[in-house]
Amino acid sequence: MERSEAELIAAVLKGDAASFEPLVQKYSPRVFATARRYARRESEVQDIAQEVWLKAFDKLKSFRGEAPFEHWLMRMAVRTCYDFLRVHQRNRVASFSEISEPEEDWLESFVADPGSAAEDADAAKLLVDRLLEKLSPDARLVIQLLEIEDRSVKEIAELTGWSVPLVKVRAFRARAEMRKMLSRMTQDKYL
Amino acid sequence: MNLAELQKKLIAAARLQAPDERVPYAFEKRITARIAARAGADRWVLWARGLWRAAASCVAVAVVFGTVSLFLPSTPDNGNDLSQDFENTLLASIDLPDNSSTP
Repeated sequence: MERSEAELIAAVLKGDAASFEPLVQKYSPRVFATARRYARRESEVQDIAQEVWLKAFDKLKSFRGEAPFEHWLMRMAVRTCYDFLRVHQRNRVASFSEISEPEEDWLESFVADPGSAAEDADAAKLLVDRLLEKLSPDARLVIQLLEIEDRSVKEIAELTGWSVPLVKVRAFRARAEMRKMLSRMTQDKYL
Repeated sequence: MNLAELQKKLIAAARLQAPDERVPYAFEKRITARIAARAGADRWVLWARGLWRAAASCVAVAVVFGTVSLFLPSTPDNGNDLSQDFENTLLASIDLPDNSSTP
């Protein structure tokens, strides 16, 4: 008979580490999807996922069962991704002069006719990834959660552990930073 | 260039990217093995932590007693030091006049 989540967690807390395995199996796809939003290399993604699960195991005592385990785990995943962004702040100062030919073509088609540039084009995806990589960790996290994942300020506050006013302030700064980055990108390209 | 429109387009492009949920083969086994390996190492860490705490406590006690002995006023002992006191006590029976011979 398949054991419930609460039973598995109780067993882990009693010292049966093997009961943690079904939880890892069930929620790893979500953890990996979250990690892939912030890290590009597969080795980095795996490191993040591993860290999330090891942290989850260590802090399982703090899980009180008031909210679903998945929410508790996702909070841990988002915070681990944020820590990863803060540690790996590479490529942020680089200019946009290295953008590829398809990305340039996409930008040119946007300049010629904003309506004709397809949002689902691979070049647009590459361009947005490049842009997100250049943002500060705070801005990247806020833009990802607020604009791309379409989460509410309250949800972001719960996920990150920041207060609601702090999320609002960081969202304002993140949008300004993104506009600045876009302006720099277009300047590098067209000036 | 309309930057607001460009930003909107790029955000829309990012939204269209479905997150990849692939999990490497036997990832859960790897995590369980890691946890088991750490549990073994943790025992030694606990021992080491306990020993360090004991050492720190000993140092703290030594510092406290050292400080106390430094600041406490010395008791008048007529100029004799501990070694002298010890010697006097040890040789007291020899120094005392032999009363057993007197009637």
